Amino acid sequence: METGSLTKEQLLDMYSKMVKIREFENQAIELAKMNLTRAAVHTYNGEEAIAVGVYASLTEKDCISSTHRGHGHCIAKGADPVRMFAELMARENGYCKGKGGSMHIADQKIGILGANGIVGGGIPIATGAALAMRLQKEEGIVVCFFGDGASNEGSFHESLNFASIFKLPIVFVCENNQYGISTHVSKSTSAEHISDRAIGYHMPGRTVDGNDIKAVYKEFAEAAEYARAGKGPVLLEMETYRLSGHYYGDNENYRTREEVTSWRLKDPIKRCREYLSEEGVDQEQMDAMSRKIKEEILAASAEAERGPIPDPANLEDDLYDDSFAEIKWKPWIKQ
Amino acid sequence: MRKISMRQAVNEALHIAFNSDDRIFTMGEDIAVYGGQLRCSYDLVENFGEERVMDTPISETVIVGAGIGAAIMGLRPIVELSYIDFIGVCFDQILNQMAKLRYMYGGNISIPMVVRTQCGAGLGNGAQHSQSLEGILANVPGIRIVIPSNAYDAKGLLLHAIRDNNPVIFIEHKALYKRKCEVPDEIFECDYTCDIKREGKDLTIVTYSAMVDQSLQAAEDLQAEGIDVEVVDIRSIEPLDTETIIRSVRKTGHAVVVHEACKKAGFGAELAAQIQEFAFSELKKPVLRVGAPNIPVPFAPNLEKAFVPDKENIKAAVYDCLK
Repeated sequence: METGSLTKEQLLDMYSKMVKIREFENQAIELAKMNLTRAAVHTYNGEEAIAVGVYASLTEKDCISSTHRGHGHCIAKGADPVRMFAELMARENGYCKGKGGSMHIADQKIGILGANGIVGGGIPIATGAALAMRLQKEEGIVVCFFGDGASNEGSFHESLNFASIFKLPIVFVCENNQYGISTHVSKSTSAEHISDRAIGYHMPGRTVDGNDIKAVYKEFAEAAEYARAGKGPVLLEMETYRLSGHYYGDNENYRTREEVTSWRLKDPIKRCREYLSEEGVDQEQMDAMSRKIKEEILAASAEAERGPIPDPANLEDDLYDDSFAEIKWKPWIKQ
Repeated sequence: MRKISMRQAVNEALHIAFNSDDRIFTMGEDIAVYGGQLRCSYDLVENFGEERVMDTPISETVIVGAGIGAAIMGLRPIVELSYIDFIGVCFDQILNQMAKLRYMYGGNISIPMVVRTQCGAGLGNGAQHSQSLEGILANVPGIRIVIPSNAYDAKGLLLHAIRDNNPVIFIEHKALYKRKCEVPDEIFECDYTCDIKREGKDLTIVTYSAMVDQSLQAAEDLQAEGIDVEVVDIRSIEPLDTETIIRSVRKTGHAVVVHEACKKAGFGAELAAQIQEFAFSELKKPVLRVGAPNIPVPFAPNLEKAFVPDKENIKAAVYDCLK
């Protein structure tokens, strides 16, 4: 078996998750074309191996924080596509009752701390979640996803330093998809590799081929083990490429067709199929899986679309929590 | 009854909180060994240990952000920003994260945290360590803003804020830390309602924080001249107990709004607007405002004194309003 530590079954499972993300995003683009999503939809096309390769090493106790390009993270962690589509289409049955939108999907019950529309905004919050795990002596770790652009925000640097000082159980996963909207990483980032920045914060840093599911799986599994062992944080830079524009409707005048084509050849789903072929899985079986997933995604989208629109009577709900904690105050007697 | 300072009152509330619930912890710059730049967290690390009383790097963004993350996970962090002026460094975490996440996520999460910070001029700290910025925060839905004016309220309001399942910014005026008043040994909470610090029938002063004391002094002087002033301490900006304010103004028919922040677009503008909106027919004169001029806080003692409103400014406004 030439799959490193991955079995054929694991690879098949990863393949199906990657296809699920791709089909979700393709359908999201269709919804955007029909103007059903209202605002920008930032798709994960081309980056699927990262979310899926990471999740293979996570447990129920682990949490993730996500970004504006977060649909893939949520699907991989087990979010319900119906509720996700419903949120994209501003329905009451969406994850945030239509109050959040595409960039703000959160589900505490399955460890999705929340996606964030501010570049780098979620990094300190993920760091705090890791701090809570350490203080509560919990076994979980936090995975903090962010992009190459966020690595130039102050919040990134403050958080890595903080996490390292307190040896927090967190893996910082930088998805370097080469562009912050239109600006190439070579123009925005002083380090040769974003992972080089780890050394300044005294933590391990690695650059990984983020389009290779096996490489992502292996490197992340090691990083997760390190964080779980209480040794502190790790920075992983996943090199990848977004095959779609920054959002649906992007004119993409900052990159050439040739460049996009060259990365299409490195499509992580294509790569995964090659691995599966080597394992003896035939094309037809994979195609059949893909077709089934596509049908499920289309059904989820249709179901979501049938959901009710939010009731304006609830406009001001959900801002404040009306409850107070039941804490029985105990006097403090000066020792 | 014993008299303690606001600093002691805050410290006492923190000790009670730490002794009562293990989910409560605190982090900030120089708060452990040093006892805080605000000098309110002394003895905490000795009594409750480094895990719960954490000195952090000078990184306000991650201090507030990590508080948010820990609160989402079920802990009850109390984070300290040494000066409210430093919200400029971490405003994304306050404006876009702490205040918005709950609503944005459709009520999926709660963020039970307290951000303790100090405000205010008068001690020669200059333009970047003396501001009153509650008005900026008041324009951001999703955060509680609590601002005590004395040691008693500080103890009761802080314990209430710590039990609140929302993010609370708790603003302590630096000139009040040494001021003493009667505070019971017993544990008590103050809710977010206005407290009428002095009853009167001729005019209502609506105020908070350090200006409560100046207003009470002004009222004392005015009493000698036969002017009977009511002083309403709002104590909480969000939620705002509009009812008590309006009831008082309906009774007196005159209102002067007083705060230390710049008058222009300060929270006093909101108070004045609400008063005219809800008590217009009972108002005998327009609502007047007292606040600082629209400049940064100056350093020189005489300039700073001229900047900060005092009882003389308040009396002048009262005369104007009753004229």
